[in-house]
Amino acid sequence: MPATDTGSTPGAALELAPGLAPEPTVSYQLRVDGARHQVHGAWLGASLLSVLRDTLDLTTVKDACEQGRCGSCSVLLDGRLVASCTVLAADAEDAEVTSVAGLRPSGPARAVAAAFVREGAVQCGYCTPGMVVAVTDLLARRPDADDGEVREALSGNICRCTGYGRILAAVRAVQDERAGR
Amino acid sequence: MTGPGAWPVPGADRALERARIGRSAPRPDGPAKVAGTFPYANDLRVPGMLHARTLRSPHPHARVRRIDATAARAMPGVAAVVTAADVPGVPTYGLIHPDQPVFAPVGGVARYVGEPVAAVAAVDGRTARRALAAIEVEYEPLEPLTDPRRAADPRTPPIHPNGNIYRELTLRHGDPGARGPVEVVDSYLVGQQDQAFLACEAALALPAADGGVDLMLATQWLHSDRDQMAACLGLPEEKVRLTLAGVGGAFGGREDVTLQIHGALLALATGSPVRIAYDREESFLAHPHRHPARMWFRHSATRDGDLIAVAARIVMDGGAYASSSPAVIANAVTHAAGPYRVPNVRVDGVVVRTNNPPCGAMRGFGVPQVTIGHEAQMDRLATALGMDPVALRLRNAIGPGDLLPTGQAVPPPLPVREVIEAVAAAPAPPPATAATPARDRPGGRGAQADPARIRRGTGYGVGVKNLMFSEGFDDSATARVVLELDRDGQPRAVVHTACAEVGQGFVTIAGQIARTELGLDAVVLAPADTAVASAGSTSASRQTWMSGGAVRKASVAAVDEVLRRVAASLRLPPAAAATPRRLLTLADGAVTGPEAGVSVGLADVLAAGGPVDVTETFRHRPTHPMDAFGQGDCHVAYACAAHRAVVDVDLDTGLVRVVELTLAQDVGTMLNPLSVLGQVEGGTAQGLGLALMEELVVTDGMVINTTFHDYLLPTAADVPPLRLIPIEQPAPEAPYGVKGIGEAPTGTATPAIVAAIRDAVGRDLRRVPVRPADLVLPPDPTVYLAPPDEDPEPQGPAEPAARDGMGLSDATPGAGTPPGPDQPPAPGASP
Repeated sequence: MPATDTGSTPGAALELAPGLAPEPTVSYQLRVDGARHQVHGAWLGASLLSVLRDTLDLTTVKDACEQGRCGSCSVLLDGRLVASCTVLAADAEDAEVTSVAGLRPSGPARAVAAAFVREGAVQCGYCTPGMVVAVTDLLARRPDADDGEVREALSGNICRCTGYGRILAAVRAVQDERAGR
Repeated sequence: MTGPGAWPVPGADRALERARIGRSAPRPDGPAKVAGTFPYANDLRVPGMLHARTLRSPHPHARVRRIDATAARAMPGVAAVVTAADVPGVPTYGLIHPDQPVFAPVGGVARYVGEPVAAVAAVDGRTARRALAAIEVEYEPLEPLTDPRRAADPRTPPIHPNGNIYRELTLRHGDPGARGPVEVVDSYLVGQQDQAFLACEAALALPAADGGVDLMLATQWLHSDRDQMAACLGLPEEKVRLTLAGVGGAFGGREDVTLQIHGALLALATGSPVRIAYDREESFLAHPHRHPARMWFRHSATRDGDLIAVAARIVMDGGAYASSSPAVIANAVTHAAGPYRVPNVRVDGVVVRTNNPPCGAMRGFGVPQVTIGHEAQMDRLATALGMDPVALRLRNAIGPGDLLPTGQAVPPPLPVREVIEAVAAAPAPPPATAATPARDRPGGRGAQADPARIRRGTGYGVGVKNLMFSEGFDDSATARVVLELDRDGQPRAVVHTACAEVGQGFVTIAGQIARTELGLDAVVLAPADTAVASAGSTSASRQTWMSGGAVRKASVAAVDEVLRRVAASLRLPPAAAATPRRLLTLADGAVTGPEAGVSVGLADVLAAGGPVDVTETFRHRPTHPMDAFGQGDCHVAYACAAHRAVVDVDLDTGLVRVVELTLAQDVGTMLNPLSVLGQVEGGTAQGLGLALMEELVVTDGMVINTTFHDYLLPTAADVPPLRLIPIEQPAPEAPYGVKGIGEAPTGTATPAIVAAIRDAVGRDLRRVPVRPADLVLPPDPTVYLAPPDEDPEPQGPAEPAARDGMGLSDATPGAGTPPGPDQPPAPGASP
């Protein structure tokens, strides 16, 4: 963070100074959890996360680092797991965005959610929606992932409360259920 | 509490209703949290709300010459700009001392990078940010005071009217001059850890018709916030009403006021609802962190390994404002000798003001730092004595009735011996082999560690942590229990406290306690707010004991009232009517008394006599201030823990993989075993973070790493499985015999992991977190604390062979020799 003599505030380095050209804006449609949303006049550089939370008020998607490090904002973009803070919202125009609210309750997501509650994988719960999306995605792709693979796959989702022990127990419980163990 | 849109969780509701104390009841808010519908503070939105942002000083130390917000106020969409000139009440606030300005005033001084200077409310967040950029602030940069050792020097000019010393403590126990024939001496340094709760600070402020303000926010202590807000806003307390919104973690980082007063000022200035919320960078700058510590220790023992004396000097950097520094240093000083029986203790501790980021509460509250020091010393002493480190600890383990360095007799139970024995007896994990997949080697798949260059190490960390508030603080918690009929005419209990649920699970425990005492399944928790008296802070491992104790007390009183009403209706003899519990029982929604021939539904009792509404306040036994020599019964209770860590280290890269952690912990009575496991796993992970990766790097007062890109947190790939061995010994003074369990393991995980790395690499590590470079490069002697002036080193009869066993001589080839007790860093040296 550079020290300056006047005015500058931490975090404001990317702001346009007043008097400069107006910010470029765009309008587009987003498909989120099966519903269509019209976005009007959004800043071209807005992340998918900020449009979901701040423009569309879809707060099931959580916001914790805005740099793709913590996974709190995990969603599926056409079925691919992404940190929505690292995706330009305007680029998601033709894609299907799936948050935890859009995971099919009949599929593995429901078993994952139930196991999270039962196994103590939830404390403050702020990482949980993103974590449930990530676990559901992992178990769909790699239902028999071993402990090491599960740990590596979830290493993009930070939990500050649980130390991951009960989250991993919940994943194992779902694997056992689905394998009939 | 589940809220609309919660996913149905099969069996969860039924399990809840049956959940009494002792069972692993699931969280009542779990279904809403997994569905993403649980409303956290930063999820709150109301129509017409404004968005606030805060302008912060970019200088560690600067006089504010001029603030011109004319252009910002004129910008379309900007509703208000507030500065120090707009604070109607007391201009400063603080948890213990009100020494922190709401905003740095014109003509005044900003004392750390990130100190608030102004705040803006605008129609949206981007307009607010642009308005910040339009505020002109003229600063006169001043020389920053950033070395806490210099701040402790009385000759250094003060950077605040209150001076540079927050608190200096002297502890003298036994004969302060006592020494033993075997001595180990060294200095240690602990870096600055951040709580890094996942949901950044947020609040929604609503102006009220009575001229007051309502605030929905994430915090740890509603009433403390309320009191500080009211003073600065110039409002009576009853006009400042706080309600807890969903809290996404805390760990001490929400104990201080950050955005509360700013949001309320803007709501009052604009007459509109104001949402104020931080992003990660601002969160790192805004809340106080764990105190960095410099520590010097000298442990003396007999040749048989009995501790004779511990001498320590502790300098903690409190940063720019006091926060809870005075209490943190008291914990550090009183815990400096660890969970050991030491007849002669001499500790000097000081916490100072600098132009570094403010420091305050974080899980462990001053104890993890000294635990790192005393455990390193115990290992070193074991080596000097040629003893097994476990045997040395067992030989000196403190127990009930033994005297602590404060002169206080250890209140029972404190199973230090048992926790050490339990971890030492646990089976060790199999060694790494050439067949170990790259993924499971240090550095993981990416680092490709050569199996021939991996070293295995084992280490122990043992510690004790005080529970609840100390030093004579009038620590209380209040609960209200209402027994009433619901809309269907069924009896239910509403439990109301101001206890902040921050993720720890009080909502689960409170329900379990109320169900147990009331004999009623239908228990709901009212939102925590300031309409009920204070619960005290969700910190210091205190809420299960304190607010749990209050819920129990109020539930018991509610039952008594029900039984009194029934007894009164029976026209019993006066002696029997005075003690209705002897005749009558409330269980499963009915009052029965076979001897008296009574069976009446609770619903009928409530229908006839109206709701039962009781409020009770719980207090633990009083504590006492320390005298001038640090003597006195200043703490209520203690919990101990021991970790064993097993690590693999890649000698080529210095990367560490923690293979396994075993924890034995003094847990009192477990009210919810699953919740206990979750707390100690989480606390252990935070201790691992401090050992290996978590450090807020501050250079010349500038904070270098305010993002999760460069402030690293443990992931699922970093935290190994934890084996928990709970040692259950009920605490006789506590409700149900409980002990707080969240803090102790945070303090012991770090030294255990660092000890395991020392064991693996044969190198003397004195700085935490341990960075890869620390395993190969010589340490920088200038950062460590010099020995106390009055006690120049070296002297005394220290065994010359003491350090050989630490493996210094065969440290990585090419590395320099770290300074030892015979090469003390120069007094007063600064980087």
